[in-house]
Amino acid sequence: MTQKNRLTGGQIDRSSTLKFMFDGKTYQGHPGDTLASALLANNVRLMGRSFKYHRPRGPLSAGSEEPNAIVELRGGARKEPNTRATTAELYDGLIAHSQNRWPSLAFDAMAINDRFSNFLTAGFYYKTFMWPAAFWEKLYEPIIRKAAGLGALSRRADPDAYDKGFRHCDLLIIGAGPAGLMAALTAGRAGKDVILADEDFAMGGRLNAETFALDNAPALDWVTGCVAELSSLPNVRLMPRTTVIGAFDHGIYGAVERISDHVHTPDADKPRQIMWRIYTQQTLLCAGATERPIAFDNNDRPGVMLASALRTYANRFAATPAQRIAVFTNNDDGHRTAQDLQAKGVSVAAVIDTRTDAPLSDSFEVIRGGQVVDTKGRLGLTFVEVKLPDGTPRTIECGALGVSGGWNPNVHLTCHQRGRPTWNDTLAAFVPGGTLPPGMVVAGAANGIFSTHGAMASGAQTAAQMLDVTAVQTPQAEDAPVSQTPFWYVEGCSRAWLDQQNDVTVKDVKLSHQEGFRSVEHLKRYTTLGMATDQGKTSNMGGLAIMAELAGKSIPEVGTTIFRPPYTPTAIGVLAGRMRGKDFHPTRLTPSHVWAKERGAVFVEVGNWLRAQWFPLPGETHWRTSVDREVRQTRASVGVCDCTTLGKIDVQGTDAADFLNKVYCNGFAKLAVGKTRYGLMLREDGIAMDDGTAARLADDHFVVTTTTANAAKVYQHMEFVRQCLFPDMDVQLISTTEAWAQYAVAGPNSRRLLQKVVDAEHDITNDAFPFMGCANITICGGLRARLFRISFSGELAFEIAVPARYGDALMRRLMAEGEEFGVVPYGTEALGVMRIEKGHAAGNELNGTTTALNLGMGRMVSKAKDSIGAKLSEREGLNTPDALMQVGIKPLDPSQKITAGGHLMKADGPVDAAHDQGYVTSAAYSPTLETMIGLAFLKEGGTRTGERMRLVSPLTNLTVEVEIVSAHFVDPEGERVRA
Amino acid sequence: MIINHPLLGPRDSAEFVYMGDASLIDRPDPDTAAPEDWHAYAYLRENVAGDMQELWFHEGGDRSWLVVTRNTLTHEISSVALARDVARAKGRSK
Amino acid sequence: MSPRILLIPKGNVSVHDLKPITALGGTTAQVDVVAGVTLRENPGLALASVAARIGHEDACSAHLADLLEGAAPAAGKCRLHDPEAAFWMGPHQWMVGAPFETHEDLAAQLKARFGNTASITEQTDAWACFDLRGDRMEAVMELCCNVNIRAMQTGDATRTSIHHLGCFVLRRDPANWVRILGPRASAGSLHHALLTAMKSAL
Repeated sequence: MTQKNRLTGGQIDRSSTLKFMFDGKTYQGHPGDTLASALLANNVRLMGRSFKYHRPRGPLSAGSEEPNAIVELRGGARKEPNTRATTAELYDGLIAHSQNRWPSLAFDAMAINDRFSNFLTAGFYYKTFMWPAAFWEKLYEPIIRKAAGLGALSRRADPDAYDKGFRHCDLLIIGAGPAGLMAALTAGRAGKDVILADEDFAMGGRLNAETFALDNAPALDWVTGCVAELSSLPNVRLMPRTTVIGAFDHGIYGAVERISDHVHTPDADKPRQIMWRIYTQQTLLCAGATERPIAFDNNDRPGVMLASALRTYANRFAATPAQRIAVFTNNDDGHRTAQDLQAKGVSVAAVIDTRTDAPLSDSFEVIRGGQVVDTKGRLGLTFVEVKLPDGTPRTIECGALGVSGGWNPNVHLTCHQRGRPTWNDTLAAFVPGGTLPPGMVVAGAANGIFSTHGAMASGAQTAAQMLDVTAVQTPQAEDAPVSQTPFWYVEGCSRAWLDQQNDVTVKDVKLSHQEGFRSVEHLKRYTTLGMATDQGKTSNMGGLAIMAELAGKSIPEVGTTIFRPPYTPTAIGVLAGRMRGKDFHPTRLTPSHVWAKERGAVFVEVGNWLRAQWFPLPGETHWRTSVDREVRQTRASVGVCDCTTLGKIDVQGTDAADFLNKVYCNGFAKLAVGKTRYGLMLREDGIAMDDGTAARLADDHFVVTTTTANAAKVYQHMEFVRQCLFPDMDVQLISTTEAWAQYAVAGPNSRRLLQKVVDAEHDITNDAFPFMGCANITICGGLRARLFRISFSGELAFEIAVPARYGDALMRRLMAEGEEFGVVPYGTEALGVMRIEKGHAAGNELNGTTTALNLGMGRMVSKAKDSIGAKLSEREGLNTPDALMQVGIKPLDPSQKITAGGHLMKADGPVDAAHDQGYVTSAAYSPTLETMIGLAFLKEGGTRTGERMRLVSPLTNLTVEVEIVSAHFVDPEGERVRA
Repeated sequence: MIINHPLLGPRDSAEFVYMGDASLIDRPDPDTAAPEDWHAYAYLRENVAGDMQELWFHEGGDRSWLVVTRNTLTHEISSVALARDVARAKGRSK
Repeated sequence: MSPRILLIPKGNVSVHDLKPITALGGTTAQVDVVAGVTLRENPGLALASVAARIGHEDACSAHLADLLEGAAPAAGKCRLHDPEAAFWMGPHQWMVGAPFETHEDLAAQLKARFGNTASITEQTDAWACFDLRGDRMEAVMELCCNVNIRAMQTGDATRTSIHHLGCFVLRRDPANWVRILGPRASAGSLHHALLTAMKSAL
């Protein structure tokens, strides 16, 4: 029979029927149901197996505090383990599976653990699997995980998209129950910018679950009217399905909005969830309260639930776990459950109240001073065993038991910045206390104000005080005084569950006390109480109370653990947002990218840049063929390389030259206008930071280049020097990296090629425009451009820059005009080969450990002026006679390979760290020399030219005989660059 | 965290790059400083539990270096100033 | 030497024959429309930064005021004006914009006007410009950056981070329109992020 336990009324839409599957069986529910409510309506109480003992479990709650009804939702790549059936909104076609059972939920082989429970008590894993240590990772841990594990991941890429977003408001109200709605009305009517967030899909909180009247009308009517009014206010943003998961520094809150979790498949382009970062001036926490259970033996049987949850299922979802129920309570609130369910036609077997003066009822039996001591039923509750005040036992038949031990304010978010809740004796509960996150105030049940009227008034008045506006009128509502007498567990119980998700019992807490654990933090970690995904929302208090009793202390003396973000489990995907795969970071493209792609270039990621690595021609099947050709042709005639990625910083001002004198170790004051100079930048500790060139375009204007990788860092450093060290220097900085497309044109025919594009009035012959010259020129009939005669390749070379939008056209023009010279484009590989052939240092050499001296530029560090790093580079330790010096190496046998990272050892003698002579930083095959070559740092490198050494790389099992040579393999005299 | 920029008002700390102790402003005078002064400047930092003056660079904003006084225990930020003004007040010039 | 180091002021008509491409790599500007909100690549903007020289701050501001026919924008503001407009970039530093068609040599023009009161740097092609316009523009911006877009008014300007890219956001007139300047080399990533947010939010 379908929906056997469906009741009348409720906030479900019976006009529409939703089909869903649980463990392969099809059921029906309605819009407005959760998975849990729909299963209960279909007479399914058993929804999972417990973590450790594999005991049968059903829902304990009707909300996000749920420890038990943890299921796998959906299938395929969308499979999501460990979701709470109590918050999963039902949709047509939903598929769910129970977890922690094999082969089936009703017959779980691992339930044998339950028989061995005496061995599996607190600390079992610590005690049993300590030895041998190596077995833990390989053997014990995987087996335990499999046996005790939560659900399984799909192990496939998440097909859904997630967004991140940012919202700002004057007041963030967390929780749209009676207090939150009243606060929102107060703030909203006053015109404040308000965000009202609630984790539920229906706003109203407990008002949705209760039968109270507000102003003599059903509470739901009031909720509907209130939400309608709030929706109409442009200054109020309602965010249902949004869980505020954390309170972070300075009024920043993390909130996860579930956009598509209630539909079968998210719409194309729509995210599944959004991670909102909410910036707020003030926050009003109206998170309500959570009912707490009472521990008694076998209190975890499916059908044993929080009394308020029974009420929620009946009133809101028109569902009941059984047609005959009982209630076990220590307070008046439990009686409401009996009244409400009876009103819905459910038979109430009895209300067992621990108080001897409990109120009686005309319509159902109340057992005063009674206690539930045990339960029966294989896969769900069938009987409860009650101990009457005189000690006589009585068995009561029922399919569900509502348990109420009072309520705990939901203080979680008040703890996120180490606020420690304080004990309230009247409520026998912890209420918000200590240092709350700045700007946060708490109202309603979350602040211990439990009556409906009290909560509503508190919401309105607190918001009014915070914003200095007028509170809205509180409707007439239930206002019974609340005082809670603690009753945590039934005397004499042992296998009574406190933390149902982590399977922690009263006995475990006693054992941990017996073994000497006295601090609440130790209790928590030893027993794992409260450490499951529900963070102990329904269990912590019970554990603390028992611990306090055993220690002979009061609960406030024992203290409480606090809560951390996230409030509820949060998908990793929503923390990542769109930053996945190739969108993990932005991509930077050079101005010649479109053209290079057309040419079939192979690209390499350099930081965020995509650079052409080489340009294969048809028929070239190996990268080396392409790279060797590019090098040879550049050295033989002319090649063009996009070097836009080098950082460019515009340095202007009357003190610009003095400024460069500070940031570079070598001098710039005397650099003539129209000239470029290499500059080496040191850190203050004397280590090389970066290098580049500075071109002086005018007395008060330089264009500085940085390495591609360090552009942002160098800019930041230069701003530091400018603002913090020399604040009165007249110098202004701005990055122009992306403004200009810049191409290196290198090779003996480079001038001839450039003369074809540079406008005739600009003479670029060697006399007029010698090595290291720079100029503002025009090309192609008037386009402004910059020309630098600098060379990284060691050839006669230029770098030409034009506004980026013309970069594509210039590259095409250079290729067309260069046809007569056989021009080649070359990529980063050929660039690297040529700079190694020339002995130019790059990132491999400026590796954060090397000084100017190591780089062979010791004499560049000017002593005639102050510069960053100059003083500390004089340190004795950096200037020892055996300091590393840059050298070149090549194998004695040209067919042998050398690799960067290998170390140099003397030709004879031991090969170990103590005899290390230096290391190789860069290596490449030189098509010019037809052998592998490398750059290395070698002790006393300046005096060892010609020495034969061994290059060893134990990692790659390599030993090669090499000769120490000059690092300038090609054109050591530098004649080509000056040609 | 929120840093109350002296010119731009409250800005998310995610827009900034952190560099640590603001004593980096106190670069020794190259004409008079002893090697020990340079060593202390380059390497020695207080490990403060409480109010600490720190340098933050507004990379995602106006490119100002700021001196931020932040309590390392609570993250409370009690004052924020332009580092350039701080440097000038300390007598730094060219 | 430096005999031929000249920035040739050659008026506004380029006679060279190199064809420009847009930041997104096309020959025409890209336009995307999602649910009534338009994202338009705007290659028609010439830009130059103006940073006051030390000791010339007042003179520089005066030149700027003269150019903009109104005070130099304060921190967090822009001055919407034709043909030249400007927004605040940093202390004593502004970005001036003007139509590319008539002001391709904007930096040279400004240098001539400001003389030694300011450092002027051409910034035209350092930036990709996108105009995002439509009544639900704010919903898109919420997914892009932490600008308090609801509080942002016409004439406000701020730097922010979109998809890890440092961008300027200017709120224009009418207020359903923001102009976004992002680093040109990452125009494709920025466009992708904006378009994705449009499809997500709208």
